[in-house]
Formats: sequence, C-alpha cells, structure tokens
Amino acid sequence: MAENVIDRAARATPPLVAQKVKGLSDRAIAWIFVAPTIAILLAINIFPLIWTVYLSFTNFRVNRPNSDIEWVGLRNYERILGDPDVWITMQATAHFLIWTIVCQVLIGFTLAYLINKKFKGNDLWTTIIVFPMMLSPAVVGNFWTFLYQPQIGLFNYIVGFVTGADPSSFSMIGEVSLAPWAIVIVDTWMWTPFVMLICLAGLRSIPDSIYEAAECDRASKWRQFWTITIPMILPFLMLAVLFRGIENFKMFDLVVQLTGGGPGNTTTLTSIDLKREAFEKWRTGYSSAYAVILFVTVFGLASIYVKALNKVKQR
Amino acid sequence: MSFSVTEPSPRQKWIAGILVVGYALITMLPLLWIVATGFKSSADSIAYPPKILFEPTVEGYVNVFTTQTRLSNEMAQEPRENLPWYEQLVREKGNTIVGQSRYTERFFNSVIIGFGSTFFAIVLGTAAAYAFSRFKVPLKDDLLFFILSTRMMPPIAVAIPIFLMFRNLGLNDTHAGMILLYTAINLSLAVWLINGFIDEIPIEYEEAALIDGYTRFQAFYKVVLPQAATGIASTAIFCLIFAWNEYALAVLLTSGTAQTAPPFIPTIIGVGGQDWPAVAAGATIFLVPVMVFTILLRKHLLRGITFGAVRK
Repeated sequence: MAENVIDRAARATPPLVAQKVKGLSDRAIAWIFVAPTIAILLAINIFPLIWTVYLSFTNFRVNRPNSDIEWVGLRNYERILGDPDVWITMQATAHFLIWTIVCQVLIGFTLAYLINKKFKGNDLWTTIIVFPMMLSPAVVGNFWTFLYQPQIGLFNYIVGFVTGADPSSFSMIGEVSLAPWAIVIVDTWMWTPFVMLICLAGLRSIPDSIYEAAECDRASKWRQFWTITIPMILPFLMLAVLFRGIENFKMFDLVVQLTGGGPGNTTTLTSIDLKREAFEKWRTGYSSAYAVILFVTVFGLASIYVKALNKVKQR
Repeated sequence: MSFSVTEPSPRQKWIAGILVVGYALITMLPLLWIVATGFKSSADSIAYPPKILFEPTVEGYVNVFTTQTRLSNEMAQEPRENLPWYEQLVREKGNTIVGQSRYTERFFNSVIIGFGSTFFAIVLGTAAAYAFSRFKVPLKDDLLFFILSTRMMPPIAVAIPIFLMFRNLGLNDTHAGMILLYTAINLSLAVWLINGFIDEIPIEYEEAALIDGYTRFQAFYKVVLPQAATGIASTAIFCLIFAWNEYALAVLLTSGTAQTAPPFIPTIIGVGGQDWPAVAAGATIFLVPVMVFTILLRKHLLRGITFGAVRK
C-alpha cells in the first residue's frame, strides 16, 4: 500500500524519470509531519495526565504552595469512594445521563424517521432543527434560566397556558423535584438533533431493495419496521448513544449555567462537584484522584460499549 | 415517475412534514426569544404575560456595549438635542454612558483565540493526517485512538494539571496559553477528520504526480491539498466553533485579559438586576456567526460531530 508508492513508481518508470523522484525520503516527511502533533499532545495531554495521576497520591493543595507535599498513597481514592456525597452526585449524573439518552433517542429517531419520508423542503427544516446543537451551551444555558423564570418566563407561560397551571406556581430550576428535569429538558432540546442526524444517516443507508424484497414476500409495514429498519439502524443508534453518553458524563457548562448544581445537591453532576473540590476548595490532590476515577470510569465503560457495538456491527 | 413500493404516499409525506415543521418551530422558539429579547426594552422583557408584539428598541445593544451610571440632577436638566442618539436613548432611562463595556474586548478575545487555535490545529492536523493516511507510521492505530481518547477526559479534569502547568509557565489568562490549549484539543478532531478526507482521495493521483517528477512534498501541496480543500475547510469551521463555544476551560483559566465571550456573557448585569435585553443582545451577536457557519457546513455536519465515524 502506501509504504511503497515510491518503489512502485520507481519500478514502473524508466530510469531517467525515476531519477527525478527525489527530495526528502518518505520516512523523513512522515516524521516531520507527525512530530509537531505528537509533541503538542505529549505536552498538553500526556504530561498533565501523568502529573494528575502523581498528584492523586499526594495531599497537595494549590493554595498552600509552601507546605510540604506528602505522599498519602491511596487515601484520596478511599475517601472519594467512601464519601456518600460523591455517590449522590453519581446518582444525579446517572439520572441525567439515562433520561437525556432515552428522550433524545426516542425523539431523535422519530424525527429522522419522519424526515426520511422525504417531504418537500426536508433539507431546510433539518438544518433549522440542527441549530441548537451548534450553539454555545453556556450562553444558551444562561438564557434558559430566563425562560424558566416563574411568571415572566416563556417556558412557564407556555406550560401554564397548555396545562392551566399558574405560571408563577412552579420554578423549574428552584425546586428540588423539578430541577433534575429542567436540565434534562434543556439538554434534550439541545442535543436531540445530534441523534436525529445519525439516525437519518442510518435510515438513508438502508437500500430500497431490501424493502422491495420484503414487499414481494408480503411482509407487513409493521414487520418491515421491526425486522429491517430497527436491526439495520441499531449500530447507528448505539453510536449516537455512545457519543451522548460520553458528552453528558463530562457535562459541565450547560448545567452549571442553568442551576449551578442546585438547589441543594440535586443537579450537582460529577463535573460540577469536581470543579468545587479543585477550584473552590483547592483540594488539588483529592480532586486529581477524583479526575482519575472519572477518566477510568468513562474510558472503561466506553471500551466495553465499543466492544458491544462492534459485535452488533458484525452481525 | 415509476411506481415504487418504498416511496411514501403523498398523505404520509404531508403528515411527516407537518410534524417535523411543528417540532422545528418549537425548537426554534428559545432562539427566536433570544433575538426578540435583544430588541425589547427592559420593561417589555419582564412583562407578564410575555410579550410577543412589542415596540423594538436597540436599548439592549447600547447597554451591552457601554457601562452606565445614574444621571445626576444637573445632568438630567441639560438639553439632549445635540447628544448622539445612543446617549439620548440612555438618558431617557435616567442613565448616562460613562464608557465602553468589556463586551467588545471579550468578543475579540474569542475571535483571536478561536482563529489562532483553528489555524494551528489545521496546519498541524493536516500534516499529521497526511502522514497517517499515506505512510506507514509505527503504532498508527494506537496513536489515532489515543488522540481520540484525549477527548473523553472531562474538561474540568484536564483543567487541574493545565492550571498548575500554566501557572508555572506564566500562561494563565493569556491569549497564547488559550490558543495552545485549544490547539491541542482541536488537533484530535482535525487529525481524525482530515485523515478521513485524505483517505478518500485516490492514491493514484499522487503516484501519477510522482511519476511526472514531482517530489513527495510537491505532490502533497499541489495534488492532495487542493483535493482535500473542502474537507479541510469544514474541519476548520468545526474547530472554530469548538473554540468559540468552549466554556469550562475558559472560565477556569481566564479571568481578565484573555477571557472569551462565553464566560463573560452570563455575567452581564445592568444598573439594578440582570439586564436581560443586554444579555440577549450580547448572545445574539455571539450566536449568529455560528448559525451562518452551520448553514455553510450542513453537508459535512454529521461527519464533523461524530469524528468522522459516520460519513454520508
């Protein structure tokens, strides 16, 4: 393949032309091209990662630079995993993850299915639907707090209009029972188009001939949907879930702007908790261990998931 | 048109169309509300019931670009005819402009950091992607996967060591530091996407060029680059949008000089309470460029957001 282009070119050409193939060797060019990228990744990704792992075994605090750094072994890890508050934030994260994925997959798939009916102007409307996903989550999240205001907020007004409830009788981001749903709603609004686009690509990749064959065999539309559409789109759906899962596990900007983690700890996702530990309480060693745990979790879950995804793809 | 069993009936198309358009309208509502609020007076913006029809004013836009203070009694008596229109507008509310706000500065920080990091990510990413695509690079698959995995880190987790490192190097709250950081993050996206685009260019083109006596380097920039140009351009827009929208690292690593717009816009407050028209005006100016880019990108959208995993 690529490695012996020059060789192939050289063999295929008369000696006179072959002499003109000169300049830097392929190997040299490959190294010159890759080296800067690797250097930057080493400096900004690998080195900090190693540093984080080292710090996670110490009691270092940024705000006390002069005190001695003490090696504490696994104590940080023990404290984090034994801390009931950490488990509460894990639960909040799980609630957020599960419900955003459920809502986005259901709505996103339905939209893609409808758009795939190829009505006139479907391209234009697809582009319009995609807008929320491309915008800055922090800026948009901040504005949603305005939409969620009791009484004057548009969201409360519309909900009040539809259900007959008093728009000032509830506060989506101020009430313990509603806040976890407030962040699910905004995330779903923002990221449903993502799932929709992937599903749409999946639906468009199914060749018409399969449906035609099924029609010849007199399979009902219902049966075609469950035995052709769903299995063929499953790898795409799973990919969408993988991306959304990773992204929402990392979620910070949107939620911190919407609720700031409150009221109480109801919407304190792990990233928000980590930010408090690292940049408000300045427990650097402790929060480094926290970061390592999060990274291992997301990396481990993603690896298992990708294995499952590949199995589905091979079927 | 020939009859096809897979072609939806006109009735199905109608129903599908109505449902999708309905969803699109609902989903646009918050965005339209941002734009509309930007043109409302502060009284209209917090009216109950929420006002759909209102008298448009550019008050919010004036507020977002200026800092103001209450008028003193003597100043309130002054004739206003000779003042510029924006000062007149502000005086009607009993305020006076005392200077420029930080918004312009923050906006241009976003522009500098966004374009700077995109430029470096694209230059380095294109080179690396070409090498990955065309040469035998040792541990290629591992390297590519590693590059991807750096995106799985929660940004806050990344911020802890970066904060320490930048503090030691004096890079906290500097443009150079932010450009370096966003370049590193965008590199992963750039390498993955451009690698896919270059893979699609038939290798025969280059072989032909090499036989014609081009050097490898000439073949790269005279044959491959023009072929991959649209792909590289759309990758650049994706990098730009990422840097433009990024909040978590910006809020932790910048506070003044190099602060970008996303951490700044939510902190806009007027004289007495949150000035929603000003926030909305600032947000509108900030969000509209991304919407324009989205329209330009629509063909490559899917590829960009899935790291090239789904190609259409």
